[in-house]
Amino acid sequence: MIETILFIMVGAPAVAALVALIIPLARLVEMVNLLAAIVAFVCVISLPFQVHSNETFLHNYAGIEPLSAWVLVCTGIVYLLASIYAVGYMRMLNEPERLPRFYTLFALFAMTMLAAPLMNNIGLYWIAIELTTLVSTFLIGFEHAAEAIEAAWKYIMIVSAGISLALLGTIFLYWDGSLVLGPTYDMTWQVMQEAAPKLSQPVLLLAFLLMLIGYGTKVGLAPMHNWLPDAHSEGPAPVSVMLSGALLNTAMIGIARFLAIADSAGIGPICHIALVALGALSLLVATLFIIRQSGVKRLMAYSSIEHMGVIALGFGFGGMLGIAGSLYHMINHSLNKSLMFFGAGNAMRAYGTKDIGKIRVFAQYFPVGSMIWLAGAVAITGAPPFGLFLSEFTILRAGFGSISAWAAYAMAVLLIAIFIGFLNQFRRMYDEPALIETSAAGAIPVWCTVPMVLAIIPLLVFGLWWPASFWHYFRLVAMQLGVGGA
Amino acid sequence: MQFAHLPPLAASLFSLLATVSLLLSFVMLGSRWISSYLYAFAAESWTIAALSAAVGFYGGYPELYLIALLTALFRGCVLPYLIWQIVRSTRITQEIHVMLQPSTSLVLGAFAVVFALLIGVRIGAQMGLSQTVIILALTVMLSMKLIGFLMLTLRYEAISQVLGLLVLENGIFLGSQILVPGMPLLLELVILFDLLVVVACFGVLVRYLMRHVGSTNTMQLRKLVG
Repeated sequence: MIETILFIMVGAPAVAALVALIIPLARLVEMVNLLAAIVAFVCVISLPFQVHSNETFLHNYAGIEPLSAWVLVCTGIVYLLASIYAVGYMRMLNEPERLPRFYTLFALFAMTMLAAPLMNNIGLYWIAIELTTLVSTFLIGFEHAAEAIEAAWKYIMIVSAGISLALLGTIFLYWDGSLVLGPTYDMTWQVMQEAAPKLSQPVLLLAFLLMLIGYGTKVGLAPMHNWLPDAHSEGPAPVSVMLSGALLNTAMIGIARFLAIADSAGIGPICHIALVALGALSLLVATLFIIRQSGVKRLMAYSSIEHMGVIALGFGFGGMLGIAGSLYHMINHSLNKSLMFFGAGNAMRAYGTKDIGKIRVFAQYFPVGSMIWLAGAVAITGAPPFGLFLSEFTILRAGFGSISAWAAYAMAVLLIAIFIGFLNQFRRMYDEPALIETSAAGAIPVWCTVPMVLAIIPLLVFGLWWPASFWHYFRLVAMQLGVGGA
Repeated sequence: MQFAHLPPLAASLFSLLATVSLLLSFVMLGSRWISSYLYAFAAESWTIAALSAAVGFYGGYPELYLIALLTALFRGCVLPYLIWQIVRSTRITQEIHVMLQPSTSLVLGAFAVVFALLIGVRIGAQMGLSQTVIILALTVMLSMKLIGFLMLTLRYEAISQVLGLLVLENGIFLGSQILVPGMPLLLELVILFDLLVVVACFGVLVRYLMRHVGSTNTMQLRKLVG
């Protein structure tokens, strides 16, 4: 049963990509992609109800557990929202002949992201993450401006170099395991977690640090984050959404799973501290760049670095609270960041610029869309009554009770600074009179507003009500990651 | 480790091949000519292929012969050919701007090797492994990794950065042949093909760089800051 669902989930975007490749009709391919996104969405939503423990198939090469099911839910939601948005946004680019190519890559990108969490073998997971990079590079460079190509080059260079460190870590892990399990074995997450207490600790620590830096590059943790603002700001807005809302989580689970291996090997504390340090540094870097940012999409990109830092802190603090907070934060961030990039894309198209200084009196031109975007901005800074407030609060609680309480204090201060800095940018866009003549030229199609509404509603609901079933589910994930009890 | 009773001839053969690979990455580090990067890279891949075959022979892993063959074919022939095609289309023959003189880069590379040796010895001691081959494999693997990163940071030309990335990969591949010869065949194959796709992607991107940026020198890529 579950195998079939997963097969359909990965297959739908694959079919969409194939159709877009064979029949290059712009109107057709955008609808096929949207259909694939709906199918994938329906599949992922059913997953948390069915996945209660670890299940493997395809000779142990693929599998699903509560953690990967949760990340798939985030990815499915973002893929659907981005596909709705893409219909409107990509039409505004006025290049119908290039749309089939875009949707081929877009659906392929979604497929690799839906497949990566299913990779049960650590080596195959690495390959899947590498594939997401290769596909998304061309999406980032899609607009062919010199800046877009620059961003794509930086992205593939930095991420490939970074992820090669993760491969080195994988080799070290395999080597470490081969001394216990024999020269040839299946390097799955579960096998390693069980064998961990017998592994050589120094080599495991080395492997963890290499993986942390490697996948951390992909997650966008500072100081390996420098590709992220470029890539997220230069790609078309639907691509930025997919990168930020889905891809970063997909790479984050590699770190979370490896942390569980480190925990059961008894080198947990130092690994947690390393992750906390990277998370705190990401928050600091994000804060500094948010306050003095001048590009609207770069602002959102730095906010992604901030939130990945928060999620890293959650996993780093550990315990039931930390893990639950991180998972809740993942879904809230996926919804909220999609909303923010949608708004940024709309503003960019309407004013024809990415420069915050040239986007003025936004609310006058777009009363409805601008209000949702403003609500999203309040939400993303972690203010109540939205979901991110609850998840950040939970992570802070986890932090105060952990050995790295200093990081929790730092996080609290930095979040306040980000709140002020981020909303100040919005005050400028909404409230400051235009110094130079600005005008919103284009109207925003309804395709580009609907996903914003679809994102803000659950965000508000999750802020007011944390479903008890989520808690049960997060407990399952925590158990899988080797943390029992509340 | 399964190489506990390695015949001395095999041990010296492994060491020789690993050392030659390391030496070839120094050739790449110390040169400014794209063609010598390319030849050195091809030779390095052939050396690693020979190493795979040798490990397969002495360690009793027949599937490594296949890996050796594919390594020689893909890393030793197809990849250099693809890159040569890219080079020809860019008409770049050497690094014009260098951040450091080749001699300085070589000295840095030497420091990298010493650092890698320290780590290798330390890991070997922690794990109670004292065979020279293991320590050497660790050292060569880590130093090629570091040299690859040096090439990435010290070079501006797009094509040399791609080659730097390939040196990183070669280093890992070399180390994995000695440390984990029993790694499942599937993984090794997938990694090989992955590399092909990576280089193909880079080929397309270099073409975009020429067309839309007007240069393959990454010094020109500084529009996006802040």
